[in-house]
Amino acid sequence: MILLIGSLTIGLILSLLAFGVLVTFRVLAFRDLTVDGSVALGGAVTAALLVHQVHPVVATLAAFAAGALAGTVTGLLHTRCQINGLLAGILVMTALYSVNLHILTKSNVPLDSEAMTTLISYAGSATGTMDLFGWQVPTRELIVLSASAVFIALLGLGLHAFFQTQWGLALRATGDNAQMIRALGVDVGWMQTGGLALSNGLIALGGGLLVQYQGFADVQMGIGMVVWGLASMIIGDSLVGTKQLGWLITGAVMGSLLFRLLVAIALRWGLNPNDLKLVTAAFVFVALVLPEVLKHLPKRRRAASEKGAI
Amino acid sequence: MLELRDATKTFLPGTANEVRALRGVSLRIEAGEFVVVIGTNGSGKSTLLNAVAGMFVLDEGRVELAGHDVTRWAEHRRAKLIGRVFQNPFHGTAPSLTILENLALALRRGQTRGLGWAVSRRLHDELRERVRQMSLNLEDRLDTPIGSLSGGQRQSLTLLMASLVKPQLLLLDEHTAALDPKSADQVIRLTEQIVRRDRLTTLMVTHSMHQAANLGDRLVMMSNGQVVCDIAGSEKLSLRPEDLLARFEDIRRAELLDETAADMLLKSYV
Repeated sequence: MILLIGSLTIGLILSLLAFGVLVTFRVLAFRDLTVDGSVALGGAVTAALLVHQVHPVVATLAAFAAGALAGTVTGLLHTRCQINGLLAGILVMTALYSVNLHILTKSNVPLDSEAMTTLISYAGSATGTMDLFGWQVPTRELIVLSASAVFIALLGLGLHAFFQTQWGLALRATGDNAQMIRALGVDVGWMQTGGLALSNGLIALGGGLLVQYQGFADVQMGIGMVVWGLASMIIGDSLVGTKQLGWLITGAVMGSLLFRLLVAIALRWGLNPNDLKLVTAAFVFVALVLPEVLKHLPKRRRAASEKGAI
Repeated sequence: MLELRDATKTFLPGTANEVRALRGVSLRIEAGEFVVVIGTNGSGKSTLLNAVAGMFVLDEGRVELAGHDVTRWAEHRRAKLIGRVFQNPFHGTAPSLTILENLALALRRGQTRGLGWAVSRRLHDELRERVRQMSLNLEDRLDTPIGSLSGGQRQSLTLLMASLVKPQLLLLDEHTAALDPKSADQVIRLTEQIVRRDRLTTLMVTHSMHQAANLGDRLVMMSNGQVVCDIAGSEKLSLRPEDLLARFEDIRRAELLDETAADMLLKSYV
């Protein structure tokens, strides 16, 4: 049961990753690879500030700001210096590795919630266990889970509301039809840059929350995160089965939760943790290819049955 | 209203594929004029329109629009003054957004976009009324994604979007060329209706002799990146498609003569 609650909490925190990937890959149609760097950047900034006894709320918000800055750099590289979008992301991601090492000063920084105040410390005073459908569950874990759920729900609603504003609508149109929105007076370059800032801000915020939950920051924590976010988004898409933005946002949270659970179960059943990234990549591959295969399948079957009839 | 002076543009200069698309075009359009541009493929008529829209920077020459020197203005900045309809019906609308959302975007053409709601209750009613006036039977389908509509419907809506905020200049780039005859007719009717109602200054490029003869109050014929013919007033009113064909034939013959003459000169002197 503790395993389940832990998976759900991490799943919720990483929905931020799925939100970010949703903004770039789906809404803006921009393949942003800054993600791996900005997850770790968010974690590093929050950890470094917490070590220096900065208020945890400030430390967490600083992660968002740092991620937004990284996204802005990717955006400027792409729109002002005409660098291919994929390459711009890779450049920033690579540069961030060194930046993150500087921020953390070493490759791994433990965050002891006894020695410093983190967001988790606020739940720390609650000791003992609670009875949940017959299971004894640590109250502290439950508080963290509920707080994460409320936070992600609010953020999801906020994101949805943002996409209904004049600015948010222009952002969606930029990904949908750049020529059209340019003819309506919108600077497409700035829109893309703004979208990248928002996306990487959300992703770094996820990194900042993750380090507090797991109790350490690691410079390697971002590796493979873009595939992780994609996997969550793809699962979410197929769960909700519509293109409506509100549902896609809901789906991103559901996908992230489900994906985390699947990983926990797979590990429990004896999947070698070293193979985790391989399996994740394979999963995204299958998820991308399967819809195409399924589209062709009924046709073949129909053709076969028609032949049979004759 | 619109003034082009010696507009010159060469694409891919210095290569084997060099195209001298505009060779010093000067054109002046007064406020309220409806000018139709016609010409063969590669005559530079679409390039002329794109030069006004700001899709590239001119090599030489100036563009003035509504009292501004817009020669160096980026495309999105010129959009404040210009409404546009494209040849491809898919270019003018965002397919995954609803009809209402597309219209709401057009309603803020050239204005700042902030964090206010894009579609308010009041706006909804206002836009619904505007769609109803077009008699497209789309006023009850405002929440459908625009991508599910036909090319003709999308082009009609693009036309509405281009004129939703009254533009100083309306640019129509062969906007019926990709439509079936029935939809093309409807879009042309709507074009006439909107241009006349709002007294829009309009620059329209077309392939169709029929449209060129029947629409607008001035006709500009282009060939080889230059304006070769400019007809206005009563002569334009009495113009028939056959007259246009005859003129095209004259121009073609003159060009052929030019080329043979050039060949002859090359052979005898080089």
